[in-house]
Parts: sequence; structure tokens; C-alpha cells
Amino acid sequence: MNILVCIKRVPDIAGSVTLDAAGTGIDESGLGHTMSSHEECAVELAIQTAAQAGGTVTVLTLGPAEAVEQLRAAVAVGADDGILVEAAGPSAFAPEDIAQVIGDVIRDRAAAGQTFDLVLTGDDAADTGDFQVGIRLAYDLEHPVLTNIQTISVGGADGGGGSGGERGSGRIEARGIGPAGTEIFSLDLPAVIAVHEGGVDPRYPSITGRMKAKKAQVVEYDAPDPGTGSPRIRLELPEVKASSVTILGEGPEAAPALVDVLEEIGVIRP
Amino acid sequence: MTIVFVETDPAGEVTLTSAEAITFARKNPQLLPDGGAATSREVSGPPSGSTEGVVIGPLSDAAVDALGRLGVGVIHHLEHPDLAEYSAAAWAQAIVDVTPESGTLLASGTPRGMELMAHAAVRTGARMAANVIAADEEGLLRQVHGGTAFERLRLDGDLQVLTIAGHACTPEETTPITPEIIAYDLTVAEADLATRVQRTEVEAADDASGLTSARAVVGAGRGVGSEDGFAEVLELVDHLGGALGVSRVVTGLGWRPHTEQVGQTGSRISPDVYIACGISGAIQHMAGIEGAKTLVAINTDEESTMVQRADYAIIGDLHEVVGAVNEEIVRRRG
Repeated sequence: MNILVCIKRVPDIAGSVTLDAAGTGIDESGLGHTMSSHEECAVELAIQTAAQAGGTVTVLTLGPAEAVEQLRAAVAVGADDGILVEAAGPSAFAPEDIAQVIGDVIRDRAAAGQTFDLVLTGDDAADTGDFQVGIRLAYDLEHPVLTNIQTISVGGADGGGGSGGERGSGRIEARGIGPAGTEIFSLDLPAVIAVHEGGVDPRYPSITGRMKAKKAQVVEYDAPDPGTGSPRIRLELPEVKASSVTILGEGPEAAPALVDVLEEIGVIRP
Repeated sequence: MTIVFVETDPAGEVTLTSAEAITFARKNPQLLPDGGAATSREVSGPPSGSTEGVVIGPLSDAAVDALGRLGVGVIHHLEHPDLAEYSAAAWAQAIVDVTPESGTLLASGTPRGMELMAHAAVRTGARMAANVIAADEEGLLRQVHGGTAFERLRLDGDLQVLTIAGHACTPEETTPITPEIIAYDLTVAEADLATRVQRTEVEAADDASGLTSARAVVGAGRGVGSEDGFAEVLELVDHLGGALGVSRVVTGLGWRPHTEQVGQTGSRISPDVYIACGISGAIQHMAGIEGAKTLVAINTDEESTMVQRADYAIIGDLHEVVGAVNEEIVRRRG
């Protein structure tokens, strides 16, 4: 089973942010970068699934040249190779543009003999929070799509180990958290699955993994101009409110003051 | 017109987040491209441009009553055996079938709401904005970067599709009306059932509803120290009849299940009080607790984000402080 995981380079924000000079993006100059947490889990799920079924894991990103770091980070933990779709200003792309570009690359790779039975994305990007790319990509590829998925197991008529991307080549079971409990889906491949954090623990890279990542093959494409374009007008920052905290005290001696507050709110069980 | 996808709970009640989304729609008529002046079809009862709702599955009297009090003039009731189990594609198409070509389609930013609106946007050729918190003449404002920044944007097109961020507005009732209920003969495409839920397994660990509906949530972060370090915190949860919520670090370390995670990629909560024990206040966590009415921090670091953002704080070791709080509660009970 050949799996493609779509990941995104995002700024690693721990505290407050500042905007760039144009006011349309955040100032990333002092920030590190990482991949979204949902996508870290998607990479791990792909590695586990490919190991179970036999197959390969390819990671793809649309982003600046530096996004090759995130591709190599995925290879370091077990992915086989990468695809970089280079776009100097990825924020100019709307979710529908990104889905279209990825769909075109998948079709181009298929023409070159590299097909994918399963495409994984994160549910949601940590920066834009659009929640659309996986679904829009599925429609573009005419594949079924699930979101909010946390684990995948291979199973179906032929054991689910099919490769080559033809319809009916395998079947998977996917599990995700629904409003009433864990929801179980059964799906024919090829398919798109958007992964939600929490079902698996991303692994750390080994020394051999890091060495492999340095030499990993990365196929490069230039992104076309975004056809739709981002609807963004500008970014704004929340109003900074002065702290109005009331310090109830220090250490255990302050406990009665907190219990007073909880009694006033009315949340202590009788 | 504005159409809102309404989620109901197993008891048939309108969920809190859907009530928020309906209120948001009712209070933001400027969302409507036509200013609310026209609808694409004749509606006999409610005024033109009113908020309408879509309910899939059983429609209880309680839900009809609640929707009327929230100002919903029309309920599009979609019920079909093929929609009994959730399938995003089939549910989205059913919603699309009752959505006019112009106006606004929205849902709360829950996993269901996000998924259905994304499908609906593709199927209608519309653009979508997720996690919207405000709307005015300039356009929409939505959360990005985990709530650290806001994006001002404008969606082109006759139909715009939105999700409303959880707790972006407080549910408000209005002059009660009796909603017109419209039922439909639906046709569900077989292809849209490929993503239907096969079965649902309900386990105690899967029940996140206690966390999102609790009046009191006690949060625990790395400061707890270990998997075995939750005793005092869990005792406080019990005293409050509340729920435990943890930071991503805690789930990442495997100390507690992901279902208890609060934050950008966990649950978003709106309790009357959130007591953050040993949580420094990473933005991803703060995004999940914006709805808390009162924020209490117990932390050794007075300069931490959590303490600075709190209403009340105690500076100290969480084990000592929470243990003393538990003892004080027991003492006052006599």
C-alpha cells in the first residue's frame, strides 16, 4: 500500500506573535517551524499502516524551499521520500488552490508511475485552521473522504494490501471520536483520510533515520500561481488586556480564599 | 437568508454550540449578501430574511420549542433511513438540497459542523471560512494561529459557508415564535454512503461530553509530575462534581487519554470556573479555555501566561495547594 501524507510547515508559536510589515501575515523571523500536530500523527499512522500492509510512505508539502526541513523530518521517522511543491508565498493560496495543486501533483506522479492508495492529511492546519484541504482534495481526486480519524487498520476483501491505486484494491477500517463515542468506518481504497491528533504517538527520529533523511529523494515542483487566491484582507491581533489577576496568596495557606471563591461561584458539591 | 445546521444531543435537545451559532446568525444580519431583504422562495410565516435551521434525524418537541425561542422561523427537517447513521457526504448533500443559491450557510465549529460545511462548500462551489468570531460590513473575522491572531477576510460569491468558533457568542433567546416545519422527500445517492458510520463504540474513556458540559473543570499540566501524580487533582474534580482537563504535554507523555485534552486540538470548554493546576498557558491550551467564565491559576511561576490571564491565582506547588483546598472543602462540609 502506497501512502501519501500531506504536511504543512507552520510557525512554532509558544507565546504572543507580531505581524509582518504588510499586516497580512505574522512575523516569522524569530520563530522556529514545525509541522502541524495532526500531521505528525498522520505521518505516524502512515508509517504504521505501510508497515502492516507492506508499502511506502511519501510526504508532500506546498511551501517555501525551507519546507524541505519538514519533509526530511518525516523521512527521519520512517517516511521513504518527499515531494516539495515550492511556493514562495504559500499564504496566497486558498484551500481550494492547495487542493487543486496537490491533486495535479498526484496525477503527475501517477503518470510517472508513482501511485497512492491512500492520501492522509491533517484535519486542520495549526496556522490557518481552514479544515478544508483534505475534503477538497478528495473531491478533486473523486475519492471518498473521512475526517477526525485517529487510527487505521488494514482489512478487506484482499487483506487491504493492494497497490497501484486502482479502485477496489483494498479496504481499511478507520476509527475516530464522534459525539457519542468512537465511530468506526470501513472504506474502499483509494481514499483520503484527514487525521486528528491523539490516536497514535509520533515517534522520535533515530540516528539512522536522521542519516537517511539527509540523503532522501525529494522530487521538486514549482507551484503555479494560485487560481482562486486567498480571501484574506489582513491579520489582526487581539487586544492586549492588562492583567487583572487577584493573587489569593502563596502556598497552602491560600486554600481557604480559593474555597471562598468556589463557594461564591457555587460549584462545590454539597 | 441564513441557514444554520442544528446539532441535537441524544436526548433531542439543541446543543449549546448550535444555540451559539443560531444566536450569531440572528444577531449578524449583515452576513447576508442581500442584507436580509429577500429570500429565494416563498415563506409564509416568519419575516423575510429570518434565520432558518436544518435538523437531520428525529426532531423533538423540545428542539422545536428551543429553536422557536432562539428565533428560528423555519425548520428544514431531514429524515431518511439512509441518514440514520452519520455519513458526512450524505448529510452534506441533504443540507445542500435545502440551501438556497444565495445567502449564508453556517454551523458551529464542532467536528461535525466543520466536516459538513466543508463538504457543502465543495458541493455548492462556495468558499468557506472556519472559526468565524465576528462579522461586519468589512467582512468576516476568524481565529487563526490557535486564536493568537485573527484573519479579516471577505468571501466572494452569492453563497458563503461558515463555521462559528465555539463560544464566539453567548446563546440569547428572543421573542418566541412558532417555527414552520418543512419536511422533505429525500433521495440519498449510494455513493454518498461510502463514508457511513458502521458502528459506534461507547466507552467511558470516549465520553468527552462531561468535559465540555461541566460547570467546573480542573486542568492539569506537566506540573503534576507523573502519571501517578493526579490524586489531589482528581479529588478536587470529585469535590466539584466537575471534569478533568489536561494539557497536550500530559497526553503527549501518555499520562492521560487524549479525550481529556483541552486546547486547539482537544476540547474547547466553557465552564463556570476553570482551575489550571501547573499549566503555564501555551497558546494552544489557552485557545481551548477562552469560554471559561472564571479562570483560576495555581502555579509556581507568577509571571506565567496562565497567572497573568487568570482572574484569581495562588502562587505555589499544585500538590500542596490542591491538597489544602481539598482539606478545606472537607473541613467546611463538617
